[in-house]
Amino acid sequence: MSDVIRLDVMKTYKLFVGGKFPRSESGRVYEVSDSKGQWLANAPLGTRKDTRDAVLAARAAVKGWAGTTAYNRGQVLYRVAEMLQGRREQFAAEVAAAEGLGAKKAAALVDQAIDRWVWYAGWTDKVAQIAGAANPVAGPYFNLSLPEPTGVVGIVAPQTGYGHSFLGLVSVIAPAIATGNTVVVAAAADAPLPALSLGEVLATSDVPGGVVNIISGRTADLAPTLASHQDVNALDLTGAIAAEGPGAAAVLEAAAADTLKRVLRPAVDPSAQDWTSAPGTDRLLSFLETKTVWHPMGQ
Amino acid sequence: MSTVAANAPGAAGGGLSDVAASEASLRRFLHGLPGVDAVGLEARAASLGTRSIKTTAKAFAIDLAISMIDLTTLEGADTVGKVRALCAKGKHPDPSDPSAPRVAAICVYPDMVATAKEALAGTGIQVASVATAFPAGRAALPVKLADTADAVAAGADEIDMVIDRGAFLSGRYLDVFNEITAVKQACVRPDGSSAHLKVIFETGELQTYDNVRRASWLAMLAGADFIKTSTGKVTVNATPPVTLLMLEAVRDFKAATGVQVGVKPAGGIKTTKDAMKYLVMVNETLGDDWLTPHWFRFGASSLLNDLLMQRQKLSTGRYSGPDYVTVD
Repeated sequence: MSDVIRLDVMKTYKLFVGGKFPRSESGRVYEVSDSKGQWLANAPLGTRKDTRDAVLAARAAVKGWAGTTAYNRGQVLYRVAEMLQGRREQFAAEVAAAEGLGAKKAAALVDQAIDRWVWYAGWTDKVAQIAGAANPVAGPYFNLSLPEPTGVVGIVAPQTGYGHSFLGLVSVIAPAIATGNTVVVAAAADAPLPALSLGEVLATSDVPGGVVNIISGRTADLAPTLASHQDVNALDLTGAIAAEGPGAAAVLEAAAADTLKRVLRPAVDPSAQDWTSAPGTDRLLSFLETKTVWHPMGQ
Repeated sequence: MSTVAANAPGAAGGGLSDVAASEASLRRFLHGLPGVDAVGLEARAASLGTRSIKTTAKAFAIDLAISMIDLTTLEGADTVGKVRALCAKGKHPDPSDPSAPRVAAICVYPDMVATAKEALAGTGIQVASVATAFPAGRAALPVKLADTADAVAAGADEIDMVIDRGAFLSGRYLDVFNEITAVKQACVRPDGSSAHLKVIFETGELQTYDNVRRASWLAMLAGADFIKTSTGKVTVNATPPVTLLMLEAVRDFKAATGVQVGVKPAGGIKTTKDAMKYLVMVNETLGDDWLTPHWFRFGASSLLNDLLMQRQKLSTGRYSGPDYVTVD
């Protein structure tokens, strides 16, 4: 019996919406290939309706997630890093295939992504110190400015740059949810597998359902839905690299302006972006609103 | 799919008048109704829920559903101001779009009828009032009748009564029958006209589909103008199979007697998708005749906002959100 042939069990990649793993509402999939054009897997072809469902889930999750203490959010995010650590080989393989990297480089990128997740986990209860202030006022009052989450953030995930498929993805999701936002992510169209696998990690790491929602599909379908949706509060256009058409950054920004969304523009040259460089606090501070309260000073 | 009560006594000749002559004859009739095929019923309801309705058909369905809503507030915390606000919303569901149709009725507790009546004067929107010790129905008959008469005197156009589930479940069908006829009497106004009577079964408490069918026939025999699934106050409210069963009972009752009765599912219908499933069921089971606010209603409150958001999506092309409809 030594020559028994075993068939590998292939994974069905699915969307991640509201803590569940639905197939696309359209029932359609598209082929994902590696950097050399070899078929890797079929990814669900997300539609406008999937995006709408994801926004609903994200909206429902805002109250709970924004309401948890910053300390608790940090613990939850650290837990995500713990879960990622246990699956680093899988992510390394997916990153290597998606970006055409050697095993060593891919593994280093995944390790860095895990470290970055921990880094952002540490920021949850410290961001108020750099984004908030006790303002001096001419009267016997405490005057405090406090950062609050913007709400539902639509994210067009990075599509280019060294490390975009996973390190870049983590670098856009983690800061948005660290400050209490919930997100709907349009995964990179050419490299959605690390994103869809990240959903499996999030589902098993105490992150409430709906805080992160991941949709794969054509950016030109998904991004305009997020940009025009009246219940999305902010838009991260990092991966909107199309020069023209419905998925172009300028078009999306114009659609977002109709509902006064906060918009984070893509880098001037997205393909030159190196996701391994230190992130700084910019993204952490991008999706915050400032609330200022006055309080009488006791004697 | 026909479940016409062919083997039920009287079904062929339409001679249903003497069915309620005695407790025994009423029980014989109700227990002679064919049993419900639960698996078939649920499968049928589920299959009718899979229809895809798009574009112009969807726009039509949304407007029809809005015009069929009994916009409801039945809370202990209801205030005069809240009822007025609800009436204003019923008149102009979408203030940003005057083409949005009005709702069919505003449904309130009896003490709010006068307020609602005043707020809706001249609009044609009906005022529905729950009565008969809603939602439990646990009160003596004179109290229930006084409750009803009070609502009618205050100007209610429609009365939503609850049946005595305790009596029904213990087999005292004639008591339930007599109670419905008595309440129907109490709906008569001094000028001889009469408020529409809707009879609520609280199907979530009736345990079996067979009981739902029996309750439907019982209420229709007693003269109900509408039969309604639920109060919205228990865990299980309107479900598609139960509503389908009631629609079939209404169809069979018309075939047997020629009398048309309306249906109102209530409670738990929250989304446009749900509402469209019900409209498909009505169309497939009863046809166009019932597809008007006069014969089919939704008892709902949060449904209206979802319908309005879908309506806005159709007219603007972008998804709307809860920030663009009222907070009730």
